[in-house]
Amino acid sequence: MSEWIDVCSVDDLQPDSGVCVWADGRQIALFYMPKEQAVYAVDNFDPFGKVNVLSRGMIGDIGGQPMVASPLYKQHFNLETGVCFEDETVKIETYGVRIENRRVAVNV
Amino acid sequence: MSKKQTLVVIGNGMVGQNFLAGLVSSGAKEHFEIVVFCEEPRPAYDRVHLSAFFSGKTAQDLSMVEEGFFEQHGITVHLGDRAKSIDRSAKTVLSENGVRIAYDKIVLATGSYPFVPPVPGHERDRCLVYRTIEDLEAIETAAEQSKVGVVVGGGLLGLEAAKALKDLGLTTHVVEFAPRLMAVQLDDGGGALLKRKIEALGVTVHLNKNTTLIDDGESCLHKMNFAGGDALETDLILFSAGIRPRDDIARDCELEVGPRGGIVIDNQCRTSDPDIFAIGECALWNNRIFGLVAPGYAMARTVVSVLEGGDNYFTGADMSTKLKLMGVDVASIGDAHAQTPGALVYTYQNGDSEVYKRLVVSTDKKRLLGAVLVGDASGYGTLLQYCLNGIELPENPDSLILPHRSDESVGLGPDALPMSAQICSCHDVDKATLCSAIEAGCNTVSALKSETKAGTGCGGCVPLMKSVMECELAKLGIEVSTDICEHFPHTRQELYHLIMVEEIKTFDELIEKHGRGRGCEVCKQAVGSILASYWNDYILKKEHIGLQDTNDIFLANMQKDGTYSVVPRVTGGEIQPEKLIVLGQVAKKYGLYTKITGGQRVDLFGARVEQLPSIWRELIDAGFESGHAYGKSLRTVKSCVGSTWCRFGVDDSVGLAIELENRYKGLRAPHKIKFAVSGCTRECAEAQSKDIGVIATEGGWNLYVCGNGGMKPRHGDLFATQLDKETLIKYIDRVLIFYVRTADRMQRTSVWMENMEGGLDYLRSVVIEDSLSIGEALEKQMRHVIDTYQCEWKTTIEDESKLKRFRHFVNSDRLDDNIVFVEERGQVRPADEQEREALKARKHFNILEEA
Repeated sequence: MSEWIDVCSVDDLQPDSGVCVWADGRQIALFYMPKEQAVYAVDNFDPFGKVNVLSRGMIGDIGGQPMVASPLYKQHFNLETGVCFEDETVKIETYGVRIENRRVAVNV
Repeated sequence: MSKKQTLVVIGNGMVGQNFLAGLVSSGAKEHFEIVVFCEEPRPAYDRVHLSAFFSGKTAQDLSMVEEGFFEQHGITVHLGDRAKSIDRSAKTVLSENGVRIAYDKIVLATGSYPFVPPVPGHERDRCLVYRTIEDLEAIETAAEQSKVGVVVGGGLLGLEAAKALKDLGLTTHVVEFAPRLMAVQLDDGGGALLKRKIEALGVTVHLNKNTTLIDDGESCLHKMNFAGGDALETDLILFSAGIRPRDDIARDCELEVGPRGGIVIDNQCRTSDPDIFAIGECALWNNRIFGLVAPGYAMARTVVSVLEGGDNYFTGADMSTKLKLMGVDVASIGDAHAQTPGALVYTYQNGDSEVYKRLVVSTDKKRLLGAVLVGDASGYGTLLQYCLNGIELPENPDSLILPHRSDESVGLGPDALPMSAQICSCHDVDKATLCSAIEAGCNTVSALKSETKAGTGCGGCVPLMKSVMECELAKLGIEVSTDICEHFPHTRQELYHLIMVEEIKTFDELIEKHGRGRGCEVCKQAVGSILASYWNDYILKKEHIGLQDTNDIFLANMQKDGTYSVVPRVTGGEIQPEKLIVLGQVAKKYGLYTKITGGQRVDLFGARVEQLPSIWRELIDAGFESGHAYGKSLRTVKSCVGSTWCRFGVDDSVGLAIELENRYKGLRAPHKIKFAVSGCTRECAEAQSKDIGVIATEGGWNLYVCGNGGMKPRHGDLFATQLDKETLIKYIDRVLIFYVRTADRMQRTSVWMENMEGGLDYLRSVVIEDSLSIGEALEKQMRHVIDTYQCEWKTTIEDESKLKRFRHFVNSDRLDDNIVFVEERGQVRPADEQEREALKARKHFNILEEA
């Protein structure tokens, strides 16, 4: 059963960067790309370093696919699918995000 | 198994050592017990760069024998013990100390000795020669009591010696018997220009002078009386009038020697006794003595091959040379004097820019026979290849020495070179060797250097090596992309220029104009660093935040468990007790693990992101500022305690270190930058392993650049000597900004230097001689960085909106429960995965119990 949970205001997001929110007992990383009007939500847990740091990674694209680079060992994860670019067998969870009335909600 | 034979090597100079190194890496090593006699008290050292001894290099720096070489290869070495005689019938060698060795084979590498003309008075006090480190020490001592110095002999070594006297602060003269300088290598025109240039540097040159008597002077210790009746007064005389082969031991055992000296050898370097070989300057081949190291090395290779059972031959050697004499480029190739019958000569002389070039060409104008270059030797590599490989000359041979006023290229394409062409003469690397290394995957100059050793001797062949590499890669169809990443078709240096020229201030503007896509961590960080070093904006400005990696965003260093470490600046490693106490108190209060860093400061580990602002508030209140340990920027200036306390200190290294650290703190660069300052040549601060190293000497500061510790250590290059503080700082300003402007991303100064075309000489010309006329601009940019310095932590804690980021969750005050510590040796450390799970489970259990 999925549900939409209100997590923060748009002003809490960091343009071209990430933040971490607590939602339904989990840590979720939110990335905001204002030029594309896009917000992505993925697990904050780095499956390689095994620590909660992905929200502090740098974002951008690889071949047009939006990505985040782990701040620890620099693996790249696709923000839309969660799949790791360096190792396709590794995937992080992705979540739906929506913005209404300047509030951000994630689908968990 | 047959018994090993005994091989006695007499002499451990450059050639003798080169022979040993070749022998131990060959198959012949297994068959010989090796015994070495070395008359000097220390093993082989670099005699070619002997004058570097006066600009700060030590005997240790000049050594050519790796630590433990003899032990590792089981070689018995008798240092400071001269081989005195050879008994060929008993087959024994006897040394001065009475060591007697029965030999099967002998290699004579006794070298040469300086020729001192038999002028009456030549044995007076402070009349010296220039050959060994002991000679140099004697010169140094004699120079302390002298004001004027004379070098007798204007050849290659004599001019080197003159530089040494000048470096020692003496009024220097060169007295030459011949009508020109470097009579062997240069013609009249080249010699005349060299004389002018050297005199402009403050050395007086006297030609056509035959010294007939040395006696007491009036104003100086000596008076040198010349054949024409004139005289010159001086306190110190250095004889450098040529060399003579050390053949006495061979004469005494009746080996064949030449009428004017030299041990006669055949094409396999055998003397008249087939069990005895001779190599290097003591050997006479085809009636010639070779006074350079390269032919000596070629002889050494020949003997190694003969001992291995091979049939290599020594076939003579090219005596072409290129060198820098007191900063003047001089080169001589082949038949420089046009002695070949029918030779044609082309000469180009430019009085204004002080360049002299001469080509000697065969009658049919097809082959280059020789050349002389003074003032600009940049064409040396190309001309040498024409000469050595008999490559057909262009239709108008003079186009090779005339200045290019249009785009036409007259250089020799690397494709024209045969595979056998020797590219690096120091290490005898030919084009074929380079090509196979390139094919095997070496596609940078530094990879090629470490694979083949080419370009690691004098470095003169690096430009040619680079063009061979580029040409071969193109042929292999390998496109070497220098683009920084998929988002910009540019190198870091090009991006730097775009930002400078178009005054671009944000990443968005740059990617819109010159890139594509959304960027990535590679280009964003590089651009973030360029913007920071050029504009020196606060890096956490809204538009720059996305360009910083987590360390820069949180102004701390992320560790493996997601916590951060904090390193406040401790300039020069000097810290008052009060501040040391504060560090301890803060660490205790926040439960931080503390460790002393290699850069002489204290690292506090285990800070959660939300603790960082309060930790820093306390540190800043106590007078600390950011140490930039998180940035690609100046880290530390390490120092020894210096003359203030140390019995041996020559100058105040701590004072200078603090001044330098305060000057350059906050400078953003392509990679981290480390400095050190040592108060004397004992070098306790290890300055030669830093990007910028400064060492105090009696005469001022010596500056070393581009050193590196880490994975691939590199000693810094001695850049300039005996500087006053003002000049020192000017040079450092220029070197650093030039590095910031031109290096690749994540390229330390050491690799930057290795890849720089022209290397150290080029960097010197840009920084010291200002050859690009950018010196002032470089200093101005540094001034701007210094003037706009801010402590990033101070700026951050003063801005409430910036502190919002320092939370683990933006929507909750919870802490990250994945961060768990355990205790070890009285401090915390991150729990490993097992410990973490166990602790989390116990906590969960406790909560359930309480409920």
